[in-house]
Amino acid sequence: MGLYEEIGGAGAVDAAVDIFYRKVLKDQRVSRFFAGVDMGKQAAKQKAFLTMAFGGPNNYTGLDMRKAHAHLVKQGLNDSHFDAVVEDLGATLKELKVPDNLIAQVAAVAETTRNDVLGK
Amino acid sequence: MPRVVFQGSSYETDGQSVLDCLTTRGHAVPSACRAGVCQSCLMRAVRGTVPEKAQTGLTPTMVARNLFLACQCFPTQDLEVALADDVIERIEATVSAIERLNDEIRAVHLRPSRPFEYRSGQFLRLFKDARTSRNYSLASVPSLDDDLMLHVRRFSGGLVSGWIFEHLKPGDIVTISEAFGDCFYVQGRPDQNILLLGTGCGLAPLYGIARDALNSRHRGRIHLYHGTRDVSGLYLMEQLRQIDATHPNFRYRPCVSGGPSADGHWSATPLDLALKDNPDLTGWRVYLCGNPQMVNAARIETFLAGAASSEIFADPFLATGTPSAPVLNPH
Repeated sequence: MGLYEEIGGAGAVDAAVDIFYRKVLKDQRVSRFFAGVDMGKQAAKQKAFLTMAFGGPNNYTGLDMRKAHAHLVKQGLNDSHFDAVVEDLGATLKELKVPDNLIAQVAAVAETTRNDVLGK
Repeated sequence: MPRVVFQGSSYETDGQSVLDCLTTRGHAVPSACRAGVCQSCLMRAVRGTVPEKAQTGLTPTMVARNLFLACQCFPTQDLEVALADDVIERIEATVSAIERLNDEIRAVHLRPSRPFEYRSGQFLRLFKDARTSRNYSLASVPSLDDDLMLHVRRFSGGLVSGWIFEHLKPGDIVTISEAFGDCFYVQGRPDQNILLLGTGCGLAPLYGIARDALNSRHRGRIHLYHGTRDVSGLYLMEQLRQIDATHPNFRYRPCVSGGPSADGHWSATPLDLALKDNPDLTGWRVYLCGNPQMVNAARIETFLAGAASSEIFADPFLATGTPSAPVLNPH
């Protein structure tokens, strides 16, 4: 069984998305990057991100990730912010009682996007 | 083999998704994840039924409008589709009355020349002429009102609002579009609490949604907060107080942001007062209409107060500067 099935598939994404997004919005280390964004569109994007991080179906390319975050990199987005979001993601999954070994796998998937997100 | 009709052309699907079918024929349809999650490729079925899978994860209001995800849609029957917000139909309507709501706002009552399908809280486009139009929200309720009702605020130098205030009169024939937008009442959870928050003529959709919900025998709380800068901006107060007095689950709170509290209204922004009255919005459905800054702030604040992101419906009213700007949000 793959990570996505093990963690609970689309149902797990639905359960996690609002908890995760609230954590990120309240996280003073990264909240400024979300100021002024259209929350309606943002919630769907958070869902797409979680689906990918959970090992679910996605067709994002490194180039998509670079384009989507380029304006944030210009505003100073760096490794510390990336780490903060991964930490919020881990805390979300802990709150949902996801086992540690699966949380580690999710963090590892998220990690594969670091260079593209940060435009390195 | 089912066919897809788009912008006047018809294509064999050949087992492709609607998105692939159209993009491989050179049409520009927005998309990103191609996995049914990001909702970038949202389209609308004008004719035909889309498979259920193509509407996974959409809000009830989106499903009611026949929206679907093009990347997840493998048609099993012929389907005519449009981009989610394309204006495709125009209808003639007669002005049946123009009513003064306050110094700055008029109610325009319209009688369409043929049956007009809409939900209270959606908006339509009103054309001054072929190239000049604005979007206005519907304050009327299909099952209660014979005519459509729009609230029009006069903008200084406003091409369409100026025309409405100075030239439009009962009996005139105007052109309108069909109704658009996701900000409307959906039946099915009659005990859910509903928060309605608006500024200025953002009251129009909320007035329609509130009456639609009450008329549908909604049992949960329905709390309406209407904010303006000063007392003269408030309107429909008598009607709303009347509803408040006759429906125990309905509450009306007129708010004035500049100036002291007085008999009959509160000195606060509608967002602040709503959150003070209801600090925990877990399980609530939220509708936000009017000033874009208020709407964006309220979206985040009501979400942080516990409302689910999928249950916050918003209509930021954009003041359109250029006559033919492709702005689909009402002002």
